[in-house]
Amino acid sequence: MTTTPATLSEETPPPCPAGGLCPLARRICVSVLDSCEAIGATILHLFQSCGRLTMFAGKAVLHAFLPPIYLRLVGRQIMDIGFYSLPVVGMTALFTGMVLALQSYTGFARFNAESAVAGVVVLSVTRELAPVLAGLMVAGRIGAAIAAEIGTMRVTEQIDALVTLSVNPFKYLIAPRVVAGTLMLPLLVLTGDIIGVFGGYLVSIYTLGFNPSSYLTQTWDILETIDVMSGLIKAGVFGLIVSLMGCYHGFHSDHGAQGVGAATTNAVVTASILILISNYILTQAFFS
Amino acid sequence: MTGDGKKLTTKLQLCGLRKSFGTNHVLRGVDLSIPTGRSLVIIGGSGTGKSVMLKCILGLVAPDHGSILVDGAETAHLDTRGRDRLMQKFGMLFQSAALFDSLPIWENVAFGLIHGKHMDRGDSRSIAIDKLKSVGLSEKIADLYPAELSGGMRKRVGLARAIATNPDILFFDEPTTGLDPIMADVINDLIVKCVRDLGATALSITHDMASARKIADEVAMLYEGQIIWQGPVDSLDSCDNPYVDQFIHGRADGPITTAA
Ligand SMILES: Nc1ncnc2c1ncn2[C@@H]1O[C@H](COP(=O)(O)OP(=O)(O)O)[C@@H](O)[C@H]1O
Ligand SMILES: [Mg+2]
Repeated sequence: MTTTPATLSEETPPPCPAGGLCPLARRICVSVLDSCEAIGATILHLFQSCGRLTMFAGKAVLHAFLPPIYLRLVGRQIMDIGFYSLPVVGMTALFTGMVLALQSYTGFARFNAESAVAGVVVLSVTRELAPVLAGLMVAGRIGAAIAAEIGTMRVTEQIDALVTLSVNPFKYLIAPRVVAGTLMLPLLVLTGDIIGVFGGYLVSIYTLGFNPSSYLTQTWDILETIDVMSGLIKAGVFGLIVSLMGCYHGFHSDHGAQGVGAATTNAVVTASILILISNYILTQAFFS
Repeated sequence: MTGDGKKLTTKLQLCGLRKSFGTNHVLRGVDLSIPTGRSLVIIGGSGTGKSVMLKCILGLVAPDHGSILVDGAETAHLDTRGRDRLMQKFGMLFQSAALFDSLPIWENVAFGLIHGKHMDRGDSRSIAIDKLKSVGLSEKIADLYPAELSGGMRKRVGLARAIATNPDILFFDEPTTGLDPIMADVINDLIVKCVRDLGATALSITHDMASARKIADEVAMLYEGQIIWQGPVDSLDSCDNPYVDQFIHGRADGPITTAA
């Protein structure tokens, strides 16, 4: 049964299963079927992930409310997620408020509407920019850190060790992070609101020559409770998204350093995209 | 202490345990039983499913088929509460020790006492320090973090954590892998001592024959997803099973084919 290359090439083309199709058509058929299969697999995988994620989120929220609640751990996460994110969020808000005043002033000067600067700054910051930018910054800082930490714990069997010591990882690892994320992001954003408006004020007064007291009156007059509240509610949702994505991707991390790296990237990317999508949906719900 | 005259009861029994990951059929009907107070060592090549078997028993991996009896009670499909209660009977030393990086050594050892048994932190700290002493570690390291210890010390801390709650059944996953021969022997001695002191039943998995000979009362061999041989440790050398013979002598040629 030794077939030399010569006899092999004599035997080609082999009998065609599709029958009667020329090689080119057959190749097209095969590649179309292949890509259908790939698309189908991707869609199935997507649905599967959505289902897994929903289950995960449900379990995380459930365990956040059922005792025992590890208050010590919640406190530590509040420090990590809230307090240590203050510099990042504060800097982001400060410079955003400053550039906003500058941009809107030069824009509005074209149709003599400079007096609208105060209103534009305060509404943009409280409704949109503080929550979204804080959410994205925290996704990079906290989402990545959570995914890396929990992913490493998965890979080094620390999560298995928790279970063998009668501790539920959802309560011990995930619930404290989700609770801290959801509670702390609104506080960060509130701080960011104040700093952002202050940044706009600084630029308006010292660079653009506005009158301080009339700028403040304009800011105060235009601002309504819903503007701040909607931003804070958005922030709570973003905090939930960031902490859940970090936990989810870390918890399902593949083995090895590569697995943890991929989990970290996925956590940041999915959290950022979900923040932008949910931001649109929430804005629509609040203001239309 | 289990007296020799006492009738041996079965502590842990596996019947027809099966587990596949996709098309990778790892466990294909494992049958095994361990009498109370005995130490069984499972030997087998890398990747034969020893760790998966242990994780099935611990409930970390759900088996596809078969039953797992602990003290005669089925444990394969327990609810969370039942599982928590069962875990109180178990102590486990992981292959990589799996210490919690974010906690100091004493809190690692006391973890099961604080969170599983809801003991006071002060009391559990003194128990933890006693347990550290019983594995030959001094009180001085109690406030260090796992990253500051050597591999051998981490294994000892892992051992102290496993025995901290005085469990009935101890599991050891490759306790000597990655240690130098002297440290490996120290760990083996500690395991023998701890198991004897607790009067516990022990299930260890290893591919280190020196370790197996030291720890085991009985040896079983896992090959292609099944237990192909089980017997007392003294009969290991006189056994005529060609697979066991090849494995314990570490020969490349024989019935066991190495995976490509
Ligand atoms: N969570 C898992 N998912 C998929 N495959 C796994 C998983 N855990 C183990 N395996 C596979 O099971 C086989 C046995 O692994 P393991 O029990 O770790 O071997 P060992 O006997 O060296 O401890 C390996 O082929 C491994 O790839
Ligand atoms: Mg293993």
